[in-house]
Amino acid sequence: MSGVLVVCESKEGKLRKPSREILSLGRKLAAESGGTLSAVSFGTGAADLASDTGSGGATKLFVVNDPSLDDYMTETHTSALQAVVAMAQPDILLFSASTNGRDLAPRMAARLNVGVASDVTSLEWSDGKLRGTRPLYSGKVIAHFEAAGKPAVATVRPNAVPAEDAGGAPSEVVPVEWQAGEPKTKLIETKAPAAGELTIAEADIIVSGGRGLKDAENYSYIRDLALALGGAVGASRATVDAGWIDHQHQVGQTGRVVSPNLYIAVGISGAIQHLAGMSTSKHIIAINKDPEAPIFRVSDLAVVGDLFEILPVLTEEVKKAKAQH
Amino acid sequence: MNSVVCISHVPDTESKIKINQDGSGIEEGGLKFIVSPYDEYALEEAIRLKEAHGGDVTVISFGPDRVAQGLRECLARGATKALHIQGDPSGVDSLGIAKVLAAAIKPMSPDLVLLGIKGVGTDNSLVGPMLAELLSMPQVNVVTHLELADGKLTAHREIEGAEEVIALAMPAVITAQKGLNDPRYASLKGIMAAKKITIESTTPAELGVTDEELNAGGIRITSLELPPEKAGGRRIEGSDTAAAAAEIVRYIREEVKAF
Ligand SMILES: Cc1cc2nc3c(=O)[nH]c(=O)nc-3n(C[C@H](O)[C@H](O)[C@H](O)COP(=O)(O)OP(=O)(O)OC[C@H]3O[C@@H](n4cnc5c(N)ncnc54)[C@H](O)[C@@H]3O)c2cc1C
Ligand SMILES: Nc1ncnc2c1ncn2[C@@H]1O[C@H](COP(=O)(O)O)[C@@H](O)[C@H]1O
Repeated sequence: MSGVLVVCESKEGKLRKPSREILSLGRKLAAESGGTLSAVSFGTGAADLASDTGSGGATKLFVVNDPSLDDYMTETHTSALQAVVAMAQPDILLFSASTNGRDLAPRMAARLNVGVASDVTSLEWSDGKLRGTRPLYSGKVIAHFEAAGKPAVATVRPNAVPAEDAGGAPSEVVPVEWQAGEPKTKLIETKAPAAGELTIAEADIIVSGGRGLKDAENYSYIRDLALALGGAVGASRATVDAGWIDHQHQVGQTGRVVSPNLYIAVGISGAIQHLAGMSTSKHIIAINKDPEAPIFRVSDLAVVGDLFEILPVLTEEVKKAKAQH
Repeated sequence: MNSVVCISHVPDTESKIKINQDGSGIEEGGLKFIVSPYDEYALEEAIRLKEAHGGDVTVISFGPDRVAQGLRECLARGATKALHIQGDPSGVDSLGIAKVLAAAIKPMSPDLVLLGIKGVGTDNSLVGPMLAELLSMPQVNVVTHLELADGKLTAHREIEGAEEVIALAMPAVITAQKGLNDPRYASLKGIMAAKKITIESTTPAELGVTDEELNAGGIRITSLELPPEKAGGRRIEGSDTAAAAAEIVRYIREEVKAF
């Protein structure tokens, strides 16, 4: 067993939360398999992550320090990761199931002639194999799988496993030689979102609005509560289709699958395609005036009532409570 | 401008999914199958490119007899050719599927290969990038806007909270995200015209893909089970808004421990 290699993503010099989660998971797998835990990072600031990856438990941080890797591009990153994999020879290769993780993992795996266990919610090493689970068919079924490839490759759903730091010393930085090729794609620009808006992909708390809001202006009820809680704004497809909010916010089968610590569904009926995107959230609160709304079947706290009455009071109460604690 | 669109045939999202007797897969009897919604965006984009620049749109699908019906629907919407690769992909992992598709697509030398971002239901999001790698083509995933001008493609890609604009050389692979376009319905004329087109048929073996290659990926579903029931949620009813709000805040603070 030569160990677990975790592909890290960073933002402004810090590890992204999904990367801290897969480091935690990688540490568990390394312990179960008797191997070591290493991390890999790309671009000019890559080595700066050594203290973060060290507290995540990685003994080594492989870095490919090249300016052509500062922005994620499929071809360059696959080629650089290939050089690292050749050096590290991992038995398990972990990615976060972020947009870029889901782009890189299958491309890399195909080059290595192995499969990918996609968007998994748990992993373990037993009997010399990587095994795990993931929901299928809108969460109507849980699949148990095994991954026999060398390396066994998986992408892990953000927020599905806790990010627990081990508090270790900084990782030993191992520079990896790599020659940039001539890519067939070029990033022309990145259009950033409105400043201060948290994305639903990584948020710990999501407040989502549905057709119960009645019109676009009333999304302010959702935004105010999300802001008070420090959470992100989510949406049902009905509201996206109505043009009340951008598709980026849509939760569900044809939107994003999220799994935050707290999901608050407001004026959302709970169609199966919506549940597909949020039913693995740790805590679910639903506010709906229909006592029979299907969303209540997956809720930990079902609040039957009118959102227009409850939300303003709730937002004020949250602000007050936060000021006290 | 010749395009290939990869079509996955999936259970209708409203379907009641039943696990089969030995827990190895789902019960297909009684299920209604549809062309995966994301593949419809891929197909629509290929048809629009054909309308603007000419060429063929070939739809291909690897699956059992029923997928021919899905391909027929694609022809009715405006695809010009169809290839059915006969077989059962349910026991094959995504790498195996990508190998079969790559073997079929390589001799066609298309300018563009389009897929859905994911096959709805299994939601793997794997076949597109794997296929791009096997075809040695550049890829752009999660495409919400595509332009072709002077033989050059520009794709908009959705990432967490932002959008990237990427220029790419053809031949290329793209995976379609919702928002790319509004897929059309089949017209009566289209349905009639589609009846005259023969759906070509082949098998992985005829394409030269061995069983060993089909199973090289090593991902295997060992069993399926029903998700655990949500243990007793609590309910707040009644007209006392202040009490309801107070209880929600208590829950968020003490049980969720959000602050
Ligand atoms: C292929 C396919 C893919 C899909 N993908 C998605 C997806 O990704 N995400 C998604 O969300 N949907 C998706 N859908 C759509 C889904 O089926 C539903 O139509 C949609 O989720 C409904 O949105 P909603 O709950 O906001 O609206 P509705 O179903 O209209 O529900 C509105 C709710 O608001 C409540 N309400 C009204 N007024 C108030 C009030 N004053 N106070 C409190 N409650 C109130 C009502 O009781 C009702 O329950 C998909 C559908 C298909 C066919
Ligand atoms: N059996 C198949 N035949 C043809 N295309 C497929 C098949 N399976 C998947 N695809 C294509 O690959 C895309 C992504 O599927 P997946 O990786 O399974 O989520 C789908 O949207 C289809 O375009």
